[in-house]
Amino acid sequence: MVLKVFFPSCCSSAESGILIGRWISEQNSAVILAVVHFPFIPVQVKQYLSEVQRVTKVSVSVLGSWSNSKQEKEESLSEFLEDLGTIFSHEPWIQISKEGDSKFWSCSTLQKHSNSPKEEEIILVYYDQRKVMLSHLHPPSDTATSTDHQADDASELSAIFDTVAKSRILFMTDRYDDGPIKLTHWQSDGVEASIIVELMKQASVPACMLLTFLLSLISGVCRSRVLKFWPLSFLWSKLSTCEQLGHRLQHLQVISSNKKAENQTQLMRKANIFVSLLIDVALGILLMSWLYRKNRIGHLADTLIPVADHVAEELQDLLQWLMGAPAGLKMNRALDQVLGRFFLYHIHLWISYIHLMSPFIEMILWYVGLSACLGLTVALCILSDIIALLTFHIYCFYVYGARLYCLKIYGLSSLWRLFRGKKWNVLRQRVDSCSYDLDQLFIGTLLFTILLFLLPTTALYYLVFTLLRLLVVIVQGLIHLLVDLIDSLPLYSIILRLCRSYRLAAGVKFRVLEQQDGKPLRLLMQINPLSYGSVVQTYRLPTYSCYPKDSWASLCKKLFLGELIYPWKHKGDKQD
Amino acid sequence: EERRYRSASGAPIALRRRQHSASCRELAVRCPRLQLRSLSAATSAVWLAAYGLFVLSENSMVLSAAIFITLIGLIIYLHFVKIDQESLLVIGSLGIQVTSSYASGKESTTFIEMGRVKDVVINEAIHMQKVIYYLCILLQDPGDPQGVSEVVPLFQSSKPRLDCLIEVYKSCQEILEQRKTAPQSS
Repeated sequence: MVLKVFFPSCCSSAESGILIGRWISEQNSAVILAVVHFPFIPVQVKQYLSEVQRVTKVSVSVLGSWSNSKQEKEESLSEFLEDLGTIFSHEPWIQISKEGDSKFWSCSTLQKHSNSPKEEEIILVYYDQRKVMLSHLHPPSDTATSTDHQADDASELSAIFDTVAKSRILFMTDRYDDGPIKLTHWQSDGVEASIIVELMKQASVPACMLLTFLLSLISGVCRSRVLKFWPLSFLWSKLSTCEQLGHRLQHLQVISSNKKAENQTQLMRKANIFVSLLIDVALGILLMSWLYRKNRIGHLADTLIPVADHVAEELQDLLQWLMGAPAGLKMNRALDQVLGRFFLYHIHLWISYIHLMSPFIEMILWYVGLSACLGLTVALCILSDIIALLTFHIYCFYVYGARLYCLKIYGLSSLWRLFRGKKWNVLRQRVDSCSYDLDQLFIGTLLFTILLFLLPTTALYYLVFTLLRLLVVIVQGLIHLLVDLIDSLPLYSIILRLCRSYRLAAGVKFRVLEQQDGKPLRLLMQINPLSYGSVVQTYRLPTYSCYPKDSWASLCKKLFLGELIYPWKHKGDKQD
Repeated sequence: EERRYRSASGAPIALRRRQHSASCRELAVRCPRLQLRSLSAATSAVWLAAYGLFVLSENSMVLSAAIFITLIGLIIYLHFVKIDQESLLVIGSLGIQVTSSYASGKESTTFIEMGRVKDVVINEAIHMQKVIYYLCILLQDPGDPQGVSEVVPLFQSSKPRLDCLIEVYKSCQEILEQRKTAPQSS
């Protein structure tokens, strides 16, 4: 049987003593956590270990002896160390000894109750205690699914990481403390701490309480009945800015809650939200300072009206073109003129409204631009809403064109069935044959012919306005995609992976160190960090992401039939 | 020790075996190096095309863009595509470690614990227009003791032929057998 000993590399230069750690019998491996130096009283050591065991729930015990002699091996010391094995009975009793500055240690085990004294091979694995303690192991996805019946069959690596991480309290006492026990571990030269971190921890409690109070006020105001009346609630649901603000409010509530994060995922999520909010607000303030610096926002407001005018003029030109002979197609003159004049009148109304609003535009834009300090995402959402408002007439035209086309298609299909002598049976949801009277057939055929010959004109108008509408939808969709990206990117995790890559571990890697015959196999265990792709995937923040509602096939079908399309679905929208 | 073999496409590769202890073996396959002639052929082709475009368009940006593209392409190729050496470190009772080292020095490592390894076998596969042999590690399905949850192929970029694979297979099986003969202590 192979015995594996995990030895912390910080204890390589420790003075002689006994080894304490955890023995994992299923895998025949010993994880050594610290070295207890002479002199010590065995009873006190046992007491201390049982206390540690009670607090950390890790079965820490004395595993063996460690002798670091600068001179030649002393016989008396080795006998003394063997006798210790009888006091602290542990099976097997591991004895590691290092001579002088040699890299190659000799390792042996004492088995008192073994049936057959076979020669055990020993593998010595060095590990960096501080890194393993701080690191979080991300198991591969297939083992994570079956954790319910595998509680005690946990993988060896996660047992080791777990052991070291839970034994933090063991590392709190160092050899300068005046206790009965003198330990050597990675903090044995004095416990490390950072003043800034401690100060921030103290300051965060009142800050969180203040934030919670403010947020409860704001959410109380938002939920008041005044804002729930029909026109206003419809408006709030259509504006994406309000959704984004609500989303950020939720995030703030998560951060400012007083409960400490229970496990790693919650802690990372809180940290990610915090960093994402910070970067968002910083970018927003940067944008705002750039906008207001040379009165750029005034220039923007000044160019807004001419741009809207220009768009309206382009639309008018387009309609004039459609009313003539567009692309050489021959339109039905009368219907063409009617539709064209109808849409031209709409554009005229729209331009008048814009000109009515023009004196107030600059002031409105100035105040709306101030809200960019709430975050870059809010600014982008406002941009998307402004685009939606400015192209409202395109949306209207699209709806008119689509409704007309849809009506025509339905009429055509129903009259086509009449033409062939069939009827749609609503009760049975199928097509049945039906005998029509002569006058029904006559009128039906007449209407069918009329609709059929008017189809190209309507179809052309529908096509043009649908394309325009799709253009606007694509632009809005891109902006929302960008907002989603900023919302859901786990920046803290990425920075952690960049700077402290050992904290996010995908696994370990072993390196074979120099060997010497007769001595145990020496390996170095290093942490294999998670790849950036898996970091982003594991720690992605959930968003109210918008993604295409329909597949390409159903989208094309809807376009062909003239049904109104709302291509982006938001999570949380009620399905119709 | 090191021995020479051939890869599936005929390029020369070398297998190096080291035994660190009774239960630890390292097997490394060195892939054929980047050939100077293919590198110069690719570079000359790109630069000739760029020069042709320059003559047509009289824009010197084309030339600098071509140089830039060649440099970036070479760096990306060396860092992400060209594998120099693939090695397998089998440590009995700990696990199997698979390392690929790229031409730029980057190493990508995966460690599979012994508890998850079911077996190491030689499989056949259809690759492009040939049938090749490849070595793979079968991972245990935690729910079903007889089932295989995943197959991890090894030596994918060097693609050694069957004679080399048999050597590697024998070395691995000697160590894997040890875990079956040695009873687990409770």
